[in-house]
Amino acid sequence: MRLAPDARTFGPPVIKVEGLVTRVGGRILHDGLDLELRRGEVVGVVGGSGTGKSVLLRTIIGLNRHVGGRIEVLGQDVGKLGDRALRKLQTRWGVLFQDGALFSAQTVAQNIQVPMREHTDLTPRLMDELAAVKLGMAGLPPDAATKFPSELSGGMRKRAGLARALSLDPEILFLDEPTAGLDPISAAQFDMLVRDLQKSLNLTVFMVTHDIDTLRATTDRIAVLIDKKIRIGTFDTLVHDPHPWIQQYFSGVRGRAALAAS
Amino acid sequence: MAALQEVDLPRNAAARLQTGRRGDTMAVQAAGVWVLGSAEPHDLTLRNLNYTGVATLEIDCGGLDRLDTTGAWLLMRTRRMAEMAGAKAVWLDVPDAFKPLITTIDQDCHGPPVAHPDDHSLSAFLERLGRAQMHFFGQAVSLLGFLGMVATKATATILHPRRLRIPALVRQLEEVGLNAMPIVGLLSFLLGIVFAFQGADQLRRFGAEIFTVNLLGISILREIGAIMTAIIVAGRSGSSFTAQIGTMKVNEEIDALYTLGMNPVEVLVLPRMLALVIALPLLTVFANVMGIFGGGLMSYFDLGITVPAFLRQLQGAVGTGWTFWVGIIKAPIFAFLIATVGCYEGLQVERNAASVGMLTTRSVVESIFLVIVADAIFSVLFSLLGV
Repeated sequence: MRLAPDARTFGPPVIKVEGLVTRVGGRILHDGLDLELRRGEVVGVVGGSGTGKSVLLRTIIGLNRHVGGRIEVLGQDVGKLGDRALRKLQTRWGVLFQDGALFSAQTVAQNIQVPMREHTDLTPRLMDELAAVKLGMAGLPPDAATKFPSELSGGMRKRAGLARALSLDPEILFLDEPTAGLDPISAAQFDMLVRDLQKSLNLTVFMVTHDIDTLRATTDRIAVLIDKKIRIGTFDTLVHDPHPWIQQYFSGVRGRAALAAS
Repeated sequence: MAALQEVDLPRNAAARLQTGRRGDTMAVQAAGVWVLGSAEPHDLTLRNLNYTGVATLEIDCGGLDRLDTTGAWLLMRTRRMAEMAGAKAVWLDVPDAFKPLITTIDQDCHGPPVAHPDDHSLSAFLERLGRAQMHFFGQAVSLLGFLGMVATKATATILHPRRLRIPALVRQLEEVGLNAMPIVGLLSFLLGIVFAFQGADQLRRFGAEIFTVNLLGISILREIGAIMTAIIVAGRSGSSFTAQIGTMKVNEEIDALYTLGMNPVEVLVLPRMLALVIALPLLTVFANVMGIFGGGLMSYFDLGITVPAFLRQLQGAVGTGWTFWVGIIKAPIFAFLIATVGCYEGLQVERNAASVGMLTTRSVVESIFLVIVADAIFSVLFSLLGV
């Protein structure tokens, strides 16, 4: 059973976005956006298509440039970091892309070991053991290790992607639509997995999702991207937000089902 | 709940380890920061612990400041090794914050170390060899099937000419014929210059400069015009056939065509094939003209052969014989090969993006290979026929 959101205590802020302005193809997507994630918190980002949910995620991890504002991750300004410092920071977060983004020429085990080989001096033997540990944590069977990404189902690819994202024991986990394309059973299992891992590794999780069940099951707070800014709150407070989009989002059939289920 | 990483310790703080024995009890004391980057030096020590005569292993975690998967795995592995050796293992003073992690690892992580495929052994080599063979035969069979399909559809189209898709054919003719003219023309022109220059250089030694024109006319008309055009078109249009059809395959557009009652071979392959078979001979004629023009220009400036003299010599060399037709006859065959390979490889694309690139490359290599093989066969044939 999850604790009520206000009963949980969170650590210091790990992601701090202030007055963010981003522009993609000449169109301003975010204008003066503020967001703060505290350690150990799971925040889900929702919003209509084209409101820049994925762009926000990509901007925070430094894949897109922002034109204004400040992004601070683990106390460092992402926009001002040099190459080396950014690479060091990158080892402290893990990213799961939408379809896993596994390297297709490598087996799952090799995929998991890519960051270890690049950033640590572990012995091959320990790396092989640790890769098996990550596989187990991501809920994959041991024989998945020697398979290539093309031989896996969509759900397994996501788990393998998650195992790779966890490879260096990151402090922050970014998930881009983790349950998109999964059947409801796999999606629910994935939600559980994320929640369990978050608890045991005390991860801070930033996830972009459309899935209202995922929001209900995993997040502590929900950030809604509206009018180029963010409205953040818990599931229960947002349900009562008067904004028409939020009302429509939570009062849709699927939203009601999720509410009833809780 | 206390946080694992709430304390912002430096990332490279030390992991401390003490091991000791009291009678039949072994104590392992882990303290400090047991995370990736600091815990791994203890890997060997923990792996090589000797459990002979040990009845109990105590893993004391009381002094741990931080723990992550790596550290937890090292301790968990120690515990499991002790248990395998017949000792009883107990955890002591595990801080509350680390209990979930240790439980997770204990429950979920029982797999053996991951294995990697062995690429270097003889059996792996034989396996690859066998797979390549089977793949080759499979390809041959499926190419044959594709040709059969094309033949049936082509026959059906000939019997019912109204089924021919004229707009698609015209668009393809423009794409593979008209739009290829600048590059084909330029390259042939330059090749003509190169041939004339090299020929003149050698023949001048014998005082036979005028035969540069014979060399130029025969080599361009018989071989270079046709084969260069075919190679350029293979690189330009053959590859784009594969890429276009392949992308449609990735997008499930081919499947959509089937479900809408249209045959992809009829809709996509036949117009392309026909367009190329029509366009390539025409392009070859154009290439011949440009090549001879380039060569003539070079002859004029380098050797001082005037236009009337050039034309007279050219007529004497290639005259009314087969020389021109020897080149042109080959073009439709080359076109057929290029279009077949291009479309076939396009339809072989699997539903991933990497496959499009791989098969496009393969399509170009195969079609150029086939064009040159066909050219060699033609050479033998023509020499047997004495033309």
